[in-house]
Amino acid sequence: MEVGQMQRQWMGYMKSLFMEGFLDGQFLQLQQLQDENNPEFVVEVVSLFFEDSERILKDLSFAVDQQSVDFKKIDAHVHQFKGSSASIGAQRVKNACIAFRNFCEEQNIDACRSCLQQVKQEYIHVKNKLETLLRLEQQIVAAGGSIPMMEWN
Amino acid sequence: MNLSNGKGSISTVTSTATMKSGEGSDQFPAGLRVLVVDDDPTCLMILEKMLRTCLYEVTKCNRAETALSLLRENKNGFDIVISDVHMPDMDGFKLLEHIGLEMDLPVIMMSADDGKSVVMKGVTHGACDYLIKPVRIEALKNIWQHVVRKKKNEWKDTEQSGSADEGDRHPKASDDADYSSSANEGNWRNSRKRRDDEEDGDDRDDSSTLKKPRVVWSVELHQQFVAAVDQLGIDNLSKRQTGWIIASRFCRLSIRKYRLYLRRLSGVSQHNNLNNSFLSPQEASFGTISPMNGLDLHTLAAAGQLPAQSLATLQAAGLGRSTVKPGLSMPLMDQRNLFSFENPRLRFGEGQQQLLSSSKPTNLLHGVPTNMEPKQLANLHQSAQSLGNLNMRVTGSATQGNPLLMQMTQSQPRGQMLSENTSPRVPRLPNILGQPTLSNGISDGLLGRNGIASSSRTPSFNPVSQSSSYLNFPMNQSTEMSVSNFPLGSTPGMSSMTTKGSFQPEVNSGIRASAGFPNYDIFNDLHQQKSRDWGMASQGPMYDSSSQANPLHGNIDVSPSVLVQQGYSSTQQQQPGHSRDISLIGKSPFSLGEGLEHSNLQNGGQHFNPLIADSSTRVKSERVPDASSQTNLFPDHYGQEDLMSALLKQQEIGQGENDFDFDGYSLDNIPV
Repeated sequence: MEVGQMQRQWMGYMKSLFMEGFLDGQFLQLQQLQDENNPEFVVEVVSLFFEDSERILKDLSFAVDQQSVDFKKIDAHVHQFKGSSASIGAQRVKNACIAFRNFCEEQNIDACRSCLQQVKQEYIHVKNKLETLLRLEQQIVAAGGSIPMMEWN
Repeated sequence: MNLSNGKGSISTVTSTATMKSGEGSDQFPAGLRVLVVDDDPTCLMILEKMLRTCLYEVTKCNRAETALSLLRENKNGFDIVISDVHMPDMDGFKLLEHIGLEMDLPVIMMSADDGKSVVMKGVTHGACDYLIKPVRIEALKNIWQHVVRKKKNEWKDTEQSGSADEGDRHPKASDDADYSSSANEGNWRNSRKRRDDEEDGDDRDDSSTLKKPRVVWSVELHQQFVAAVDQLGIDNLSKRQTGWIIASRFCRLSIRKYRLYLRRLSGVSQHNNLNNSFLSPQEASFGTISPMNGLDLHTLAAAGQLPAQSLATLQAAGLGRSTVKPGLSMPLMDQRNLFSFENPRLRFGEGQQQLLSSSKPTNLLHGVPTNMEPKQLANLHQSAQSLGNLNMRVTGSATQGNPLLMQMTQSQPRGQMLSENTSPRVPRLPNILGQPTLSNGISDGLLGRNGIASSSRTPSFNPVSQSSSYLNFPMNQSTEMSVSNFPLGSTPGMSSMTTKGSFQPEVNSGIRASAGFPNYDIFNDLHQQKSRDWGMASQGPMYDSSSQANPLHGNIDVSPSVLVQQGYSSTQQQQPGHSRDISLIGKSPFSLGEGLEHSNLQNGGQHFNPLIADSSTRVKSERVPDASSQTNLFPDHYGQEDLMSALLKQQEIGQGENDFDFDGYSLDNIPV
């Protein structure tokens, strides 16, 4: 596939991610931060996000499975996850976290459990999408092209 | 050195090699040395990149303790700190406090949590800004302003009174260009206000004229502020409003500005007087702090509450009601009135009366920073006070013939009430000052913003007209308030308030301007809405004794609705039309409302958002060109309106459109 084609493909993919709400404007901010000095910035940040998220999700699963649930702790985890997903631009994950927090407040353990599942699902979704996107970017760069700049809204 | 987020260990020391040495160089703000603290590695990395893109020198760490030790080892190694709120090893607010006390660096808080209470906490703990995650680079571009501001304030303080005036720190927002550092809401801080304040310019030189002791923004103050805000019920407050509330509480800060304002008006340096008077009893604490002149009204404005209280106080005072008791300030604040600002003032009326009377009646306004902008709120209070003073002063200077003002002088004690409001704004107050009857009127008038109220309400407010000039309340809000009274009518200042139509969180410029007036507005609102029994009738007593001052307060029961319309937009009561920033006034819990019912409150109440809105419109801008709207502020209200108008006029005379920063506070706001 030639570069132009790949670039178009990338753009189409990005658009769809936005349309479907997987990503939001914050992700674009990250894209814009990437420059020649830091050509791998987005990849690095996203990788860091994945790493951190796995850790949080693990902690969350553990906390939720406890006999006596500590809602405060769960809320703290979710809050952090909300923050990091928001910083990356993972909109759906962030929204799921918001809902999760509400249930934490209500101390509704069942709802919390299902929220956790929801959050996990969303996370996995966006992870796949991002990996695909970044792979595409790599191919473009490898073929000598550059990542197009995108504007949202 | 660059701390990677690693587990608290300093792995590498990297600095943005390009920028060196902080801001000293002309590349400033490039090279600004920022310390970022966040336990979230993703955020930390993103922030670091963003800050580097802004050409700042960034050091990051993921633990609060590490950050603290870094700061301690390297006292002058950083210019500003950005910290997350929720961290595992130490609460972000604790860190904030430590830094503030030990190193006195500006600290920006950030969080994914944008709840009011959290933001409020940031304010009370002394954060200079609050960013909501996800943080955008635009929000970071302007953080350097906090550094400049702080330095400026410190400098000023040293120069002026030697007492650190932390409050002023904020106001010096210098650049409006990207003023909103927190990009989003955050800057309730009155960043706008400050800006307005800044624009005022005069204030800065105020020191010479006003030499009022600056208020040191201490932790106690903060706490007070917080308490006040709590009372007001921040829930409904938007961030901006919060800022107003905060600011209003410390409207004293704006007193300085007010003073400048007055100075401008009349060239009389009565400031001193004003300052004193403004301090409402409640503000006693303030009083001790010493006329906050230094304090930015911004803060006060933020407090929003103040106005309410002050108003209440004023009212009480004016009305002669004993309602306003020292404690009033707080109660008033409950309302969240944005104008809580006024409230304190109101109390002020009580306590202040003494102050006012004792302090130099003319000082009513002294606190009132002419800048009215952020301080407007404070001003309002102050104006209330200052109105009292104003009267004094006004008579001298501004009154150019304002009979109202003259009157005001007479009733100095009353003036207190006025002055409370930060005279500039408080045109309304003037009434109070002058006339004993003003007390009632004052409450009305005070709110009336410029004494406009006086006309309607109580005769006493006439003097207010003078003050009206002060009041410039941004009241522009079309306060329908009794435009009639508002001689100010054109008080540009007043109108300015309106612009903002409301206190709305935007800090309606109006409020700012009326910082002083917040109180007044509240009154107006109160009156209007509640048709309280302001009956100003009780006015008499008001000034008679300090207790009376409270009457305003007491009476002021400004129904929350009335006063401080926090949202201003709600201006429910009063004049819906008013953009009132002053709406706060009306809404504030102060019983002021009663008295204020006079249109003043309404107008004012509605929009007294200005205070909160800090960002909003500086009164200046608002100067509502069309006097009509402005004058509405309290046209009927108390003589205040008249006073206000008078003041406004003065203003106009002196400066043409309200130079006051009242913008927001145009008298219009004063609900009529």
